[in-house]
Amino acid sequence: MNWPLEAFLSFIAAASFGIIFNAPRRTLLSCGLVGMSGWLIYRSYFLMFDDSVQASFAGAFVVALVAHILAKKFRMPMIIFSIAGIIPLVPGSKAYNAMRNIVENKYLDAIAFASEALMISGAVAMGLVFAEVLMQLFFRQQAKRTQRKIGMTRT
Amino acid sequence: MAHIKETRRELALDCCLLAGKIMMESGAETYRVEDTMMRMAVSQNMMNAHCFVTPTGIMFSPSDELATRFVRISSRKTDLEQVALVNSVSRKLVSGEFSLQEAYEEMQVIDKTNYSFSMRLQVLAAATASGCFLILMGGDWSDLPFAFLFGGIGYLIVDIILAQTRVKIFSEFIAAFVIAALALAVVRAGLGTNLDTLIIGSLMPLVPGLLITNAVRDLMAGHFVSGLSNGAEAFLTAFAIGAGVALVLSF
Repeated sequence: MNWPLEAFLSFIAAASFGIIFNAPRRTLLSCGLVGMSGWLIYRSYFLMFDDSVQASFAGAFVVALVAHILAKKFRMPMIIFSIAGIIPLVPGSKAYNAMRNIVENKYLDAIAFASEALMISGAVAMGLVFAEVLMQLFFRQQAKRTQRKIGMTRT
Repeated sequence: MAHIKETRRELALDCCLLAGKIMMESGAETYRVEDTMMRMAVSQNMMNAHCFVTPTGIMFSPSDELATRFVRISSRKTDLEQVALVNSVSRKLVSGEFSLQEAYEEMQVIDKTNYSFSMRLQVLAAATASGCFLILMGGDWSDLPFAFLFGGIGYLIVDIILAQTRVKIFSEFIAAFVIAALALAVVRAGLGTNLDTLIIGSLMPLVPGLLITNAVRDLMAGHFVSGLSNGAEAFLTAFAIGAGVALVLSF
């Protein structure tokens, strides 16, 4: 695996998707950063453990984590950053292979590919939601701590 | 006095509905639209407000006395810039930085302005993304110019046919068909090497990534109506792309 090349390509791809979805101009570089981190985590997990479902979960988790941090920093909705980062993790090739096998009347192979595509999309969704819930818990704890520090009580 | 108060509440109601409409048309998640509208309503002293947002319409009931209003959402596109702008206006309104009148005028400007990048830049971005994905998916370097070209052509076709017919599925079907046919022609002619990665890479800009993510987010947040309808739209898009490619591959 060629790390710098893949990092560069995933950065450019995610930033391009930022342009297609018309993300605000000053967030385009951050969109690329989110996509790059998600893809690199996905790839390295996949190369280490050879399981694309778990790798997609890890990738989506990192995408949501980074997107949440950037959303706090820019004070913008999280969706702006997470969308472009999720696109590389979408199981396009699995879905394509499933359909190709259907066309060639190999229905059993098609079912295998289709169920794998379904598992991966589910894993991506779970990764997104898990990260978001975790971040919400974290930020709520942090807010409570600062409130205690400045002597405020929760109303 | 009572009259002034009444028009002010009408304005607050209009402001909430306009914010919800812009956000929903630009592709924000349903739960975020509801959250924004409720925050704005509470900041304008509408404590008993209720809203119900679906991808095709917004219902908003401000209080016990005022009438419930309904807005139809007929077209949806992806414009994250508008989502961000409306979000910042609503933040300013809630924090007291904007008055209600200012917020409403700002929102009307946002609604009328077209913030999209130029079509040429969008096509270029789609082409670049296709090229990048070809290499990321393990494609051959010699296929790169074709993926670049076909990705741009596919995106352009979706835009042109969508403007002409207003049927999204049809435009995606035709785009996928053209991409697959071009890729097949190039590979048969001996110019391209790997048909599969070439088609996958070129199709990437058409993948309904936003719809899938929004559908899942809405389902998890408990908005089952919007989640299912977004999921249905995503499924239809995927089906259209798949059918377009399948038609070519079956030859």
